[in-house]
Amino acid sequence: MGVKTLIIDGQELSARAGQTILEVARENDINIPTLCHLEGLSNVGACRLCLVEIKGSNKLLPACVANIHEGMEVVTNSERLKKHRRVILELLFAERNHICAVCVSNGHCELQALAQEQGLTHINLPYRNPALTVDASHERFTVDHNRCILCMRCVRACAEIEGAHIWDVMGRGIDSIVITDLHEEWGSSACTRCGKCVQCCPTGALFDKSKIGSDHPKYPDFLPYLNLMREAR
Amino acid sequence: MSKLKVATVWLDGCSGCHMSFLDMDERLLKLAELIDIVYSPIVDAKVFPDEVDIALVEGAVASVDDEAKIKKVRAHSKMLIAMGDCAVAGNVPSMRNPIGPEKILDRAYIENASAQQQIPCVVVPKLLKIVRPIHEFVTVDVFLPGCPPSADTFYTALTALVTGAPLDISALTRFGA
Repeated sequence: MGVKTLIIDGQELSARAGQTILEVARENDINIPTLCHLEGLSNVGACRLCLVEIKGSNKLLPACVANIHEGMEVVTNSERLKKHRRVILELLFAERNHICAVCVSNGHCELQALAQEQGLTHINLPYRNPALTVDASHERFTVDHNRCILCMRCVRACAEIEGAHIWDVMGRGIDSIVITDLHEEWGSSACTRCGKCVQCCPTGALFDKSKIGSDHPKYPDFLPYLNLMREAR
Repeated sequence: MSKLKVATVWLDGCSGCHMSFLDMDERLLKLAELIDIVYSPIVDAKVFPDEVDIALVEGAVASVDDEAKIKKVRAHSKMLIAMGDCAVAGNVPSMRNPIGPEKILDRAYIENASAQQQIPCVVVPKLLKIVRPIHEFVTVDVFLPGCPPSADTFYTALTALVTGAPLDISALTRFGA
């Protein structure tokens, strides 16, 4: 395995060939914000929050899926990137009905935390106010599409880790929603009731019915360990 | 230095932001050395003054009355602060947006009324189709998210704004705080 050297935010770093920019940055305590990325799942580059600048290229690359190469110079936190990140977050807030004050994930939400981290105090875009449904047919969990940001962590956790592939995405563009089975109710789907999707969900879109108020921290940290144990077998 | 004239305004919100403002407790006395509250739901003045230095607005714009009020407040205020999530983002009042005012009024005054079923049409202002944050109607200078922003947030932010000290709002509060 070859060793590559590169520069991220002015720091000279060495990394293993095949690593992503995000992996190398995190190993070296350089913060690149992410939403769809989750340790233990495959990367899809869907949320675009991890976009970084590469010297010599006018294209922005998603750090979670872009591999490093020798001599690469990466900038993760320019004013331009900060502006793009704020707009991406604004688009996410404006797209559906995110009412933090009455959400089960208030105080434990990655979208909310990122908005604060990126200094977003209001949304400059008009809200879309779409009419979306809530499916509470499952005996243990609920999906509230008002709070979904289509990061597809649930889809990947169910397919890649649980192996059930109950979750998928229906529709196109702004009309996309996550569905269970072939758009059956979650409660009558082939769900194994493992709850991995709920723990992976960054917002209050998937939540445990036994949680009340905003007392719903999520713990997706088990995913890499699960993968490690399986590889060891 | 003469004291700054401060107004607080209550649009479509629950008054929780005003309660949180009062939660500054004894620090209100310190603040009173710097500001005068010249108009507010918690003082006597009935008419918005011609000129105020800082206006704090709680609540979203939900009715024709709210819309007229926010425009008047903006015209007579040097600095306008969106106070709390309803003013900043629509928040709970905006949860009716996907449903529409007709169905909401019907539910409240017809379906759930046991007597005198009628939708009020006099005195109460007409609802707008969509509840929106105040910055969609007027220019807002400072956004203080939170439901409600804490008393500490109010005190730190107001002191900074009045004295001209630097203010990092995201370090103080967030949506839903």
